[in-house]
Amino acid sequence: MSRFGSIADTPATFALTGARLIDPSSGTDVIGDLAVLNGRIAESTELPPDVSRVDATGLIATPGLCDLHAHLREPGMEGAETIATGTRAAAHGGYTTVCAMPNTDPPLDEQARVAWVLERARDAACRVRVVAAATRGREGERATEIGELARMGIAGVSDDGQAVASGRVARGLLAYLGPLGLPLIEHAEDPGLANGTVMRAGPIATRLGLAGWPPSAERTIVERDIALAEETGGWIHFTHLSTAAAIEAVRRAKARGVRVTCDVTPHHLALTDAWVAGDRGFAWEEPAGVAAEPFGTTVAPRRAYDSACRVNPPLASRADALALLAGLADGTIDAMATDHAPHPPERKEVEFAAAAPGMIGLETALSLGLAAVAAGCLGMLRLLEAMATTPARLIGEERSLRPGSTADLVVFDARATWRVEAAGLASASVNTPLLGMELPGVVRLTVASGRITYADGLDTIN
Amino acid sequence: MLDIADSAPAAAAPSTDRWPDRHLLDIDQLSRAQLEQCLDLAVELREQRSRRSAPRLLADEIVGLAFCEPSTRTRVSFQLAATSLGAEVVDLPIEASSVTKGESLADTLRTLERTGVTIIVLRHPMSGAPYHAARSIGARIVNAGDGTHAHPTQALLDALTLREALGTLEGKVITIVGDIAHSRVARSNLHALSMLGASVRLAGPPAWVGPFASWPGVQIADRLEDAMAGADAVMTLRIQFERAAAGGVPTLREYASRWGITEERMRLARPGAPLLHPGPTNEGVEVTAALAAGPRSLIGTQVSNGVPIRMAALALLAP
Repeated sequence: MSRFGSIADTPATFALTGARLIDPSSGTDVIGDLAVLNGRIAESTELPPDVSRVDATGLIATPGLCDLHAHLREPGMEGAETIATGTRAAAHGGYTTVCAMPNTDPPLDEQARVAWVLERARDAACRVRVVAAATRGREGERATEIGELARMGIAGVSDDGQAVASGRVARGLLAYLGPLGLPLIEHAEDPGLANGTVMRAGPIATRLGLAGWPPSAERTIVERDIALAEETGGWIHFTHLSTAAAIEAVRRAKARGVRVTCDVTPHHLALTDAWVAGDRGFAWEEPAGVAAEPFGTTVAPRRAYDSACRVNPPLASRADALALLAGLADGTIDAMATDHAPHPPERKEVEFAAAAPGMIGLETALSLGLAAVAAGCLGMLRLLEAMATTPARLIGEERSLRPGSTADLVVFDARATWRVEAAGLASASVNTPLLGMELPGVVRLTVASGRITYADGLDTIN
Repeated sequence: MLDIADSAPAAAAPSTDRWPDRHLLDIDQLSRAQLEQCLDLAVELREQRSRRSAPRLLADEIVGLAFCEPSTRTRVSFQLAATSLGAEVVDLPIEASSVTKGESLADTLRTLERTGVTIIVLRHPMSGAPYHAARSIGARIVNAGDGTHAHPTQALLDALTLREALGTLEGKVITIVGDIAHSRVARSNLHALSMLGASVRLAGPPAWVGPFASWPGVQIADRLEDAMAGADAVMTLRIQFERAAAGGVPTLREYASRWGITEERMRLARPGAPLLHPGPTNEGVEVTAALAAGPRSLIGTQVSNGVPIRMAALALLAP
């Protein structure tokens, strides 16, 4: 039996015994006990004698996950998701914080709208931080009142859904943001190169007759923004990078000391453009079928052109997905962020090119990460660092298992598997090509600020 | 030797055993034997139709023509193919999905299916739409051209036309000229021609041929003359004016001067090599008017073969 709670609930008091405690903040990975008292991590000896002690043998306990990029769709697109359903999806996925992106209707481009979202999120199933729009109406021209918004605790500004197309505007934003300590979160994509395209350019796009998105669409904006960050001293954060060339540009810029960070989505790490032709192998697996022979074999009629695979930026080539995994492993890529993008059936059950781009990710991100770990592409500690401690640090939150820290936890079974099914998802939308697949990693408990926001099978905690 | 082998089983009529798949989405789903079965059946049905004795293989079927894009020859040939096999044929008024319109393609097709339509012939401006349709409804789907992806019945009629002109496609060199990248005809032909043993040369503006460099059995020629030299047949494709304007080639005039098929260029091909074009032609751009109307042109034969090929395809697909 699973249940959800909220961050407005009474703080829980409990102890976990025998868990594998992985804490990227200290680089530790030990078997031990962990106590939660008054919203904080405590020494077990501090607990009153009658509190519940839960045997967590075989489970991993680690700081709560933090998503830098989620679309909660409220206000305006409540048919796809709401703050309530989206944060439940987050809690189900092990997240204790999500950053809500501003491309709602109306967009989150002024203080009252940001305040409205924060108010709605007060009893949500995880903390919600707002990424405000970088420009009014997300039109790429006039900046929002970034200084005022910063006082409200926004995580950054972004015109996500598109890049800040004008270099002059992007330069102005970076210069203004610099002293505020907030990033411009850039959806790096040159509209002139990307408009009209629907999947990654390459042999599979050629085979399928779908207009191909060239990697230069991402790289040109990344190189431009690195130059602007270097000139202005501003902080540029690239979200959902999907190409080896962009990662290489970030790697070089970091080496020069430019204020640049970036994230990658789980689907760009694990899935590839061959999924559009119906393939269902992960990037790290030996390619078979159309992934191995883009022109040689029959595309799978039952799965080809599945609009659940339409996402922006488009799913990467296998070579680029492997470069993303390497970039995440070596720290060039700072964080994993879901780009959780729910869409209702009427936006997805249409022709591939007519479908809205995006897939949900909050409930499957940890599982895809664990699959990459199981395949040897990534260390467990590094995965959890990229999903929890590093993204939290980027938005000014702390994550640690040390006594005295805020009790932000996820407890999961890395060895158990689950089948992704529409009925089992807390999100209001089901647009993911992972439906029907068996994935590793079952979340048993999520704790945000000491409140139990999700529990599955650990019901003795109260 | 081939003649003997080919003519020996003449007594046996071509098989009308149904194809295993419920839908005809692209050539790549067929085996070589299934593809050749369709060509053989088309020859038989063509002859029967000329005697007005085509079998009523589709007497129990209602064929819906769902053309979301303008089409003359494909639509008419499907209509004639279905009626000559005894089917009832209806026009299905549908549009491609759009965000502004409430009803999706799948919704519309599901509604129309309730009227008893058993086979839907779908022409659609977006690649992959027939795959989406096939997943959404119970009726059988025949892809009559989807976006820039596939046009399987065109490839079948081209294969029939070429087989009859050349005797066989085994070992032949077929040159395809023009905007391959945006051509559903070219993609389906690449599957069909290579399946039948031909090798393919491509020529055209770099942006329109470059993406096919790794397609097995395909050679890309930088110069049209290299692609034409010794070719057994030449197929040129229709240029969409708006695509030319959007890139690929500076002007249609420049296209005609670099890649237009002329008498002089046809002389580089094998003597007597036929010229094909899926139509409609832009005369003076892809091909000169004189060539298109001349003795080496099989453009008219392609159109004529459209009906029997679609008869055969519908017959092999019927429930």
